Amino acid sequence: MAVKSVIEAVREAMREEMRRDERVFVMGEDVGWRGGVFLATQGFIEEFGEARVIDTPLAEASIMGIALGASFRGLHPIAEVEFADFVWPTVNQLIGEAARVCYGTDGKLNAPMTIRIPYGGGIRGGLYHSQSVEAYFFHTPGLKVVAPATPYDAKGLLKASIRDNNPVVFLEHKKTYRLVRGEVPEDDYVLPIGRAEVKRAGSSITLVSYGLMLHYCLEAAEQLAAEGVAQVEVVDLRTLRPLDTATVLESVKKTGKLLIVHEDNITGGVGSEIAALAADAAFDYLDAPITRLCGPDVPTMPFAQTLEDAYMPNTHKIAEALRTLAAY
Amino acid sequence: MTQAGTQTTDGIAGGIAGPLEVDGIDMSRRLPQGVAPEDLVDIYRRMVLVRALDERIWMMNRQGKVPIAASGQGHEAAQMGSLLAAEKDGNCFFFPYYRDLSIKMSGLTPTQVMLSFMGKAGDAYSNARQFPLQGADLAHNIIQLSNVVAASLTQSVGYALGCRMLGDERVTLVYFGDGASSQGETHEAMNFAGVHRLPVVFICENNGYAISVPQRLQMAIGDVAGRAEGYGFPGLVVDGMDLLHSYEATAEAIAHARREGPVLLEMKVERLMPHTTDDDDSRYRPREEVEAAKLRDPVATLGAYLLAEAFLTEEQEEEIKAQARRAVNEATDAADATPPPDAGEMLKHVYAP
Repeated sequence: MAVKSVIEAVREAMREEMRRDERVFVMGEDVGWRGGVFLATQGFIEEFGEARVIDTPLAEASIMGIALGASFRGLHPIAEVEFADFVWPTVNQLIGEAARVCYGTDGKLNAPMTIRIPYGGGIRGGLYHSQSVEAYFFHTPGLKVVAPATPYDAKGLLKASIRDNNPVVFLEHKKTYRLVRGEVPEDDYVLPIGRAEVKRAGSSITLVSYGLMLHYCLEAAEQLAAEGVAQVEVVDLRTLRPLDTATVLESVKKTGKLLIVHEDNITGGVGSEIAALAADAAFDYLDAPITRLCGPDVPTMPFAQTLEDAYMPNTHKIAEALRTLAAY
Repeated sequence: MTQAGTQTTDGIAGGIAGPLEVDGIDMSRRLPQGVAPEDLVDIYRRMVLVRALDERIWMMNRQGKVPIAASGQGHEAAQMGSLLAAEKDGNCFFFPYYRDLSIKMSGLTPTQVMLSFMGKAGDAYSNARQFPLQGADLAHNIIQLSNVVAASLTQSVGYALGCRMLGDERVTLVYFGDGASSQGETHEAMNFAGVHRLPVVFICENNGYAISVPQRLQMAIGDVAGRAEGYGFPGLVVDGMDLLHSYEATAEAIAHARREGPVLLEMKVERLMPHTTDDDDSRYRPREEVEAAKLRDPVATLGAYLLAEAFLTEEQEEEIKAQARRAVNEATDAADATPPPDAGEMLKHVYAP
């Protein structure tokens, strides 16, 4: 199996789906001859032409509204939001419109569209190129929200998202694009949306995460194992909505301890919901307080290296939190 | 079709044209090509029915049986004229807005209309999840989802883009009010449609008020149509109180859209009723203005025209009105006797399979 980066996996998924299905097309800012600011669509306009690789005006609300309208006609658009921080002008079309299409028509109409959003920090992106936006979409029934961490998951889940008959917000952590590499099969495969995966089996603490943080969690879990402190089970959510509650609960019931890690702000984040879930459905199994290690409640990540480091959860901080939990 | 503007080969003016008639009707005018007297009698029959339903719905709101309604009274000629053009074309798709009763009712029986307004099971648009006649009637090529009024403009442009990608010749008609013309997505939609020369007819039904806010506080210009130039396509002012004028303008716009790209039609209309059943327009609109508008009632205007042209006798006109009254009574009774959706419906269709 070939080893590929996340961005290569994303590119392959889209290219294969566009070859497979004429209804699939991409649109967004700079997706054409530039090949996307992260080169996710590199080579696409040469292969598929301007009709299916649409460089849009710099107007995000219309990218989303037009993709949605095209989906009404039965197409499967992939709309790229250049950076997660630019998603706000599209929010009416995403939360106010796309998420309600099926419900608001009693199931007569649906919106088979994929919204690719490069998100996240740790790349010196400052306030307008670092944000994690998942909580807003995680809160919204009618949307699916996918946040893969590995090239294998990225490719299989992006193909599933493109084929899905609902609007799927597909979150790609920018720092994983070239940093994270892994084996990716050449053949066509699709991973089911809505299934978490235990990325590392363990018995003493459940560690739930997704995206870039998943990798830091795996590193921290190895450290604790090497120290002989704890055998940490790492659950990669992969899909945030619909949430795979069964996999999370099964692990928590086994270990009795739960740490949730995400880069997004702590208040009202995905971790809040996981904590509530565990408290509701696994209370009798818990041996320690549910713990969260998340981004702090500042508007978004600051620019200076010192400030950015202070914001970001990392392997060291996660290992510390695990040691505290192990000692409880 | 209109008095001003540089005519191109298909008659769509490059500039802004003024209305042919502002008050009353032009009795000397020939019927537009392809429109027979029977077409107009049929349209009149439908307009009378729409008006009768509209009036009954308002009354039922006061009886506590219809929670909310936006009246289309005053807009019927603009809506029906454009609808007739689209029906004669035979390959159009509609994104109407909330006030477009004539268009949204076009595929429904009066009973289906009443089911929708009373929030009863079997509402054709959303099974009573949405406000009346909001959702989709795909069997009749209609989508009307939103009350964020300009959201449908970008969606309609996307729909037209999808049609082009699939190689079909369908023309998309999207309707909105003067208020929606201020929202940013209107600009974004028209800009994209202009860039890609998409087959879209933008129809602004300008009644001079966005709920209570008058046009002078909505925009610094007199005609929304003038904005089309900034997007590289033609914009025309249409007398939306005149069915024939609305028909002709839309028919030409549809042909132009299919051949060359977008058109903006600004149909000047009067809103004869408050914004919705929840509104009291006496707080912001002079009574004399409303009374003057009612003298230009588009349904009465078309009826008078048909009588004057002898396309209709007085007896026939009376029968049309009597038929409408009977249909509305039957529809009211049938919808009244229908139950609302079962509460168990509430959790369904959050996601498509």
